[in-house]
Amino acid sequence: MMLHFPVLLVVVPLVMSFFIFVFGLFQRRICFPLTLVTLAACLLFAGGSFWTVLSTGQPVHYHLGAWAPPWGIEYVVDHLNGLVLVGLAIVALLAAIYAKTMVEREIPVAKHAPFYALYMLQATGLFGMTVTGDMFNLYVLLEIASFSAYALIGMGEGAAPFAAFRYMIFGTLGACAYLLGVGYLYIITGSLNMADLQQILTPLYQSQVVSVGFAFLLVGTGVKMAYFPVHTWLPDSYTLAPSSVSVLLAPLFTKVGAYVLIRILFTVFDPSFSTTLLPATQVLGWIAVAGILFSSIMALAQTDLKRMLCYLIVTEIGYIGIGVASGNRLGLTGSIFHILNDMFMMAGLFMTAGAIQAHFRTRKTDEFAGLHRKMPVTSAVLVIAGLSVIGVPPTCGFFSKWYLLLGTIQAEQWVFMGTLLLGSLLNAILFFRIFERSYFEPRPDPPHLGREPGTRFERAAMSELVPMILTAAFIILLGLFSGYIVQYSIAYAVPKGF
Amino acid sequence: MTDLILSNYNYWVYVVLIMIGFYGMMAKNNLMKKLIGMNIFQWSIILFYISIGAKKGGTIPVVDPSLHPAIRALDYVNPLPHVLMLTAIVVGVATTGIALTLLILIYRKYGTLEEDEILEALKK
Amino acid sequence: MTDSALPLIAVLAPMIGAALILMTGTKRPNLREFWTILASVVQFAAVYGMIPQVIQGQTLKFTLVPLGSGVALELRVDPFGMIFALLASFLWIMVSVYSIGYMRSLKEHAQTRFYFCFAMALSGAAGVALSGNLLTLYMFYEILTVATFPLVAHKETPEALKAARKYLVYLLTGAVFVLFSIAATYYLTGSLDFVAGGFVAGHGSAELLRIIFAGFIIGFGTKAAIMPLHEWLPSAMVAPTPVSALLHAVAVVKAGVFCCLRVIFYVYGPKTLNDLNLWIVLAVVVSFTVIAANLFALTQDNLKRRLAFSTINNLAVIILGASLITFDSVRGALLHLPFHGFMKITLFMCAGSIYVATKKELISEMDGIGRQMPVTMAAFTVGAAGLVGIPPVCGFLSKWFLCLGALQAGEILFLFVFLASALLDAAYFFPIVFNAFFKTGRRNPGPVREAPFLVAAPLAVTALLSVIFFAFPDALLRFYSLGDLVVKSLFGGR
Repeated sequence: MMLHFPVLLVVVPLVMSFFIFVFGLFQRRICFPLTLVTLAACLLFAGGSFWTVLSTGQPVHYHLGAWAPPWGIEYVVDHLNGLVLVGLAIVALLAAIYAKTMVEREIPVAKHAPFYALYMLQATGLFGMTVTGDMFNLYVLLEIASFSAYALIGMGEGAAPFAAFRYMIFGTLGACAYLLGVGYLYIITGSLNMADLQQILTPLYQSQVVSVGFAFLLVGTGVKMAYFPVHTWLPDSYTLAPSSVSVLLAPLFTKVGAYVLIRILFTVFDPSFSTTLLPATQVLGWIAVAGILFSSIMALAQTDLKRMLCYLIVTEIGYIGIGVASGNRLGLTGSIFHILNDMFMMAGLFMTAGAIQAHFRTRKTDEFAGLHRKMPVTSAVLVIAGLSVIGVPPTCGFFSKWYLLLGTIQAEQWVFMGTLLLGSLLNAILFFRIFERSYFEPRPDPPHLGREPGTRFERAAMSELVPMILTAAFIILLGLFSGYIVQYSIAYAVPKGF
Repeated sequence: MTDLILSNYNYWVYVVLIMIGFYGMMAKNNLMKKLIGMNIFQWSIILFYISIGAKKGGTIPVVDPSLHPAIRALDYVNPLPHVLMLTAIVVGVATTGIALTLLILIYRKYGTLEEDEILEALKK
Repeated sequence: MTDSALPLIAVLAPMIGAALILMTGTKRPNLREFWTILASVVQFAAVYGMIPQVIQGQTLKFTLVPLGSGVALELRVDPFGMIFALLASFLWIMVSVYSIGYMRSLKEHAQTRFYFCFAMALSGAAGVALSGNLLTLYMFYEILTVATFPLVAHKETPEALKAARKYLVYLLTGAVFVLFSIAATYYLTGSLDFVAGGFVAGHGSAELLRIIFAGFIIGFGTKAAIMPLHEWLPSAMVAPTPVSALLHAVAVVKAGVFCCLRVIFYVYGPKTLNDLNLWIVLAVVVSFTVIAANLFALTQDNLKRRLAFSTINNLAVIILGASLITFDSVRGALLHLPFHGFMKITLFMCAGSIYVATKKELISEMDGIGRQMPVTMAAFTVGAAGLVGIPPVCGFLSKWFLCLGALQAGEILFLFVFLASALLDAAYFFPIVFNAFFKTGRRNPGPVREAPFLVAAPLAVTALLSVIFFAFPDALLRFYSLGDLVVKSLFGGR
């Protein structure tokens, strides 16, 4: 049974999305429990596969339809994506638990069944992108994840359909660029399997076709992971999306994109291709510097909490880019660890933003006075997640920044190092402004606490608080156990060449 | 020069189509036209893939065991790009479907599909 | 090196206390205050319990979390750390009693948050004192900064919020410099553990080592209020007096000085500082602060602000003593660290006591107050005398060694700096004492109106101890022996 876990990880959510839609038409209330059970099963599959990888030290291979690669499609779980899969599964499950009350609040009743079906499809896409070992299969799953994202975002308030449409135009551009890249590589190698490509491409690195294919792949992946400057789709779409959707998308979608980038740069292509043959990592690094500075400043200028968090996502992706650009073991360790950490940090932040919007009825940070008294747990989670973004030990954010910092020092990239440190400082200003307002605003309380007069204040429900608290706990635990994670998993995920 | 164009005409076709699609996506104001541009963009890539599978003198990739005991790859058009593009077409159709739904929602809300008018309405 | 759970208890007890305080809340204030006292006593007991082993030369350690590749979050107890740990934990007991009296007399708001943050800050201070390497030090240093931020902003007035914001900007920027230096040190040497006499020698070029040292000093020096990075400290005086007393005279700024000394002695070491000629640069920079801070103090009418500048002066004196890297100057610095803590906390508690009893903050309004508040002003006199360097208060001892050390360093200039500093001390403390006792009490007529017991008792105790330490510098807390051990480990015994 355990042999089938890699494929079950994709097939089960896919099939369940159909069933949720059908059953949901008859009995609406069954959608949520089905979603929860499916995601819990996925956690089991991901955990089981990762455990196998850790205990045997070998990647787990699954050949779809028993066709041997490179003719058949192959699913692979190794140290790199096993870790990402487990993180994905945990955050997706927590997001789903959180989404229960949010969905009841934000989505019209008739749309619940389709909503959960799309939710499952999105999970399918995310899991699939991570677990697949075939380039074209990745495109398919990428598109599955993308268009469920477009649809989910389109369910939001106000200008959400418009934002979703613009996202779609941009996102399709990216996906098509990726497809073109795969096409060029296919022309010259005849293979679509990642491991196979690695073998066949090695003598072909001088070819222009390979370089162009590589460039297209990077552009496509860059759009999907919201790398500066093709990140412009992110702020509008994630801000206007319903809370239940942004909690799923924000932590996960861009991080899976980052994972794909690392796969392409370091597994499909030999690391030396991107570091020495083409100055790809250099270019990525300098663009990341611009991205971090730009989005940190944009984040500072926002008064809407959710929009600020969106720019923060772009900053975090920039940090991952710097780790990749350092081109050494330490930097890449930092990037991979940051992918894992950022999932939990962003999950915590977006959960609090959603809860504040739902109960405190505002997203404008100017109006946060008195927040800690009305929503103490939410404020505490916001503080922990914020400290992690800033990089205060013992939260996990500090440790990934530590490795990133060491990586830039080893690579003697002083500008990258300075940007990392400056970014931390800008993030600190960002968050402490919010902390100050929610904890210390001078009395008396302003008459308008962001609520319509006459409404009773509802406390956040258990199903919202528990995922938040768990996320905060993970942020600290990941920090404390960072040594083990790096030693037993990430150390093997980084290619031997470094 | 002519050789460069003539022997690689499939690439030139796809490049031209991509540029048309790209132009539509970026430069046009009407959201429907953007969508059409996006479609052209996607289909041109599909054309590109299919074109790379073609072989001179190759026939459709259906094997008749009675005629040919051994298979010579040269005789058959490469089936793999066709298979891949079936999937891509499905993806394109699904994306178009979602896009049209979003356009209906936008039209209901703003009464127009011109991007600049919608942006004006949003500012208020 | 022996494994021991005592360092863990010293760091964890305040954290557990903080959690209990949070859970008890405002509904049962007596229980909540009980947690504070209990946590402080437990912390002190744990630290005190480690004295016998440390005096004998043993190092106690407790690994919190291994992080692989030569780094771990680790607590390691050596004599130097003990000095700071003893100081912080003992004075916390004093200040806890004092806070209860102070906060209740003034009916202050948000007391739960106050005690919670105080406990967390003390956990951070203990962690800083007992950390075994730069990474652990950085972690507790950050915890200290974050925990003290709400304390500075406590009053929640616009002025308090501005001061808190300034505090944060200064300290977080300093932390960035420190992080750079830590990462660079790890990259050059592959280790972050503290070693008596330093461990960076021979790794990396002289230029790079100088830059890293500058990063450390700028970063930690911000917390130690070295000029021109001192701006935050006088502004932070807007916080309630217990905060100023413990944190800004003892825990936070002493943590900054402690970290500077850790870098000077246990990362770089006397020999490396000598080779790179860093000691003279640091000494000159810090001397400027010594003199300038005292000059500023002369101009302040607000008592707490004057005391703040005096603190800046004394911290710089400690760093100056350390940077002269001679046997006696280091001994003097190591003694001045705790002795100044006792004396300064006495002075701050007196300032708070005066505020509680009379609501006065300005020195110009304190004529004749000595007759109204004899206990407070007597304690104030003791503290002030000690800071100037007059026997029989312990300040004389530390200043004596510092001057001896300056002579040993062969630079007469620094001896003059110490003497000039003492002279200026007298110039701004003496008038306060004189006016309080000998000027007619036109502004303060009436009978004795001493502060409540809980407020007056702690300051009397610390003042008394300051005198006792003069005669018996090793009494109770073994500061002299611990300092002796440190100096011997750095200079190889004499």
